[in-house]
Amino acid sequence: MLKVLHAGFYTSVQDFGRNNHQYIGVPFSGAMDKKAATFANAILGNNPNEAVLEMTMLGAKVQFNQPTVVAISGADMDTKINNTKILRYKAIVVNSGDVLSFGKLKQGFRAYLAVLGGFKTPTVLGSKSMYATITENQIIKKGDALSYNTIPSNYRPSFASIKFNDDYLKSSTIEVFKGAEFDLLSKEQQEQLLSQPFTISKDNNRMAYQLAETLENTLEPIITSAVLPGTVQLTPSGKLIVLMRDCQTTGGYPRVLQLTEEALNILAQKFTGASVSFKLKAKKKK
Amino acid sequence: MNHKLTYKPYNEKSILVEWPKVIDEAILNDILQFKAKIEASEGFKIMSLTHAYQSLLIHFKKEIDDFDAIINQLKDIYSSKAEVIQLRQKLWKIPVCYDSSFGIDLEFISKEKNISIEEIIERHSKAIYKVYFIGFLPGFLYLGGLDDMLATARKATPRQQIDKGSVAIGGNQTGVYPSDSPGGWNIIGKTPINFFNVNKSEPCFAKAGDCIQFYQISKEEFNDINTLVAHDVYLIESEVINA
Repeated sequence: MLKVLHAGFYTSVQDFGRNNHQYIGVPFSGAMDKKAATFANAILGNNPNEAVLEMTMLGAKVQFNQPTVVAISGADMDTKINNTKILRYKAIVVNSGDVLSFGKLKQGFRAYLAVLGGFKTPTVLGSKSMYATITENQIIKKGDALSYNTIPSNYRPSFASIKFNDDYLKSSTIEVFKGAEFDLLSKEQQEQLLSQPFTISKDNNRMAYQLAETLENTLEPIITSAVLPGTVQLTPSGKLIVLMRDCQTTGGYPRVLQLTEEALNILAQKFTGASVSFKLKAKKKK
Repeated sequence: MNHKLTYKPYNEKSILVEWPKVIDEAILNDILQFKAKIEASEGFKIMSLTHAYQSLLIHFKKEIDDFDAIINQLKDIYSSKAEVIQLRQKLWKIPVCYDSSFGIDLEFISKEKNISIEEIIERHSKAIYKVYFIGFLPGFLYLGGLDDMLATARKATPRQQIDKGSVAIGGNQTGVYPSDSPGGWNIIGKTPINFFNVNKSEPCFAKAGDCIQFYQISKEEFNDINTLVAHDVYLIESEVINA
């Protein structure tokens, strides 16, 4: 078991989420930065979609009561084991009683903790990703205990040394496709959207990121239609809302842009006050 | 299968298909037929198909290299003369307690529309509603067919919490909140029926194309059914409507 001593600001169990229950209104969910989650698992030789802990802004403090191997990726939160600093992107053996703590946020916004074999929390509708009304708990709380497999006694670590480029954590360019209603915008609106920088407002969470700057909006609401994580909606008041992993499955606001998968990972590592710009992704050459 | 559809790439892995911008049962049936044909066709590796009133989002497992080629294949499937797939559709009868302790906005609607509470209940439970799709919240049914007389604007300020099972009217739609949630619709009653249960292999009993009819129950009946639902032994009354 992994005992939660401090939960941090917003910590949840995430894998790749629920990909085939949208027809009954179930959100996709899953790790906000799938690239980082995938990498933490890859370091340990786990399946890419094993359940990891996603920590936001302020990390957790946890104690292991069985030996295992861990890997940390994503945001740099000054991580320590028993007060000794450890590096991200490395397999680290932990022993029974060891305490892993996350400190000051130095870079990025979301850190991931993977354990060998993944966390063994309940699977609901094919995923361990926490979401209110679907899983029993929405977040990790102080005192929670998460199970994981005990390390086999004959276990010999043999981790491939993988080079991981985390430059994306510094990027502020958000690559996008044209949204379903992009062509309904005027030339000026389209240009503004793709040229001016936008600031992430304080309303940012796993469901959506609202941007501070507004765009003059003359578009009517649309007949409720499908949306995806990464869909950028334009509200009647001109606010831009970027839907994130826990977003609803349908929406009624015009969809002006759609983030690429990579851009979703980049944005997930940004928070209040950060400036980003949208850039149209070049079409694939045939 | 004779509508003029538009096909748009949506992201790396998905394509959005759109029907004319109207809410209509014939379009719903056309979408459901197309969906069934896509599901029956081989060669596509599809992760999910999400439809709404006049749109269908096709989400593939892998990144699409050649959108034009896939869109052409989809067009062929749409126009293929394949036999119409008989979709089994059901009418579900949903008990609702319209007691004023649950239906906290009944009086407001009654004054607003200048009709009696009894008439609101009668009109609401007489209609047969079509399930167009499920979205917004897990298990939230988008229902068409609300009596025009009952259409009531959403509240300017949404309530912080609306109880699970609340039956409500928002604009020209009616619906049931499948879980506790904030919401701006006008509450007219409550059903003990569970619209979303993750412990079932099919968490939501209804599906797009099905119909819903509400019927009035007393508070005692509400409590009885509530107990049965809690023990997972309540069987929702239903009949097949297109056998």
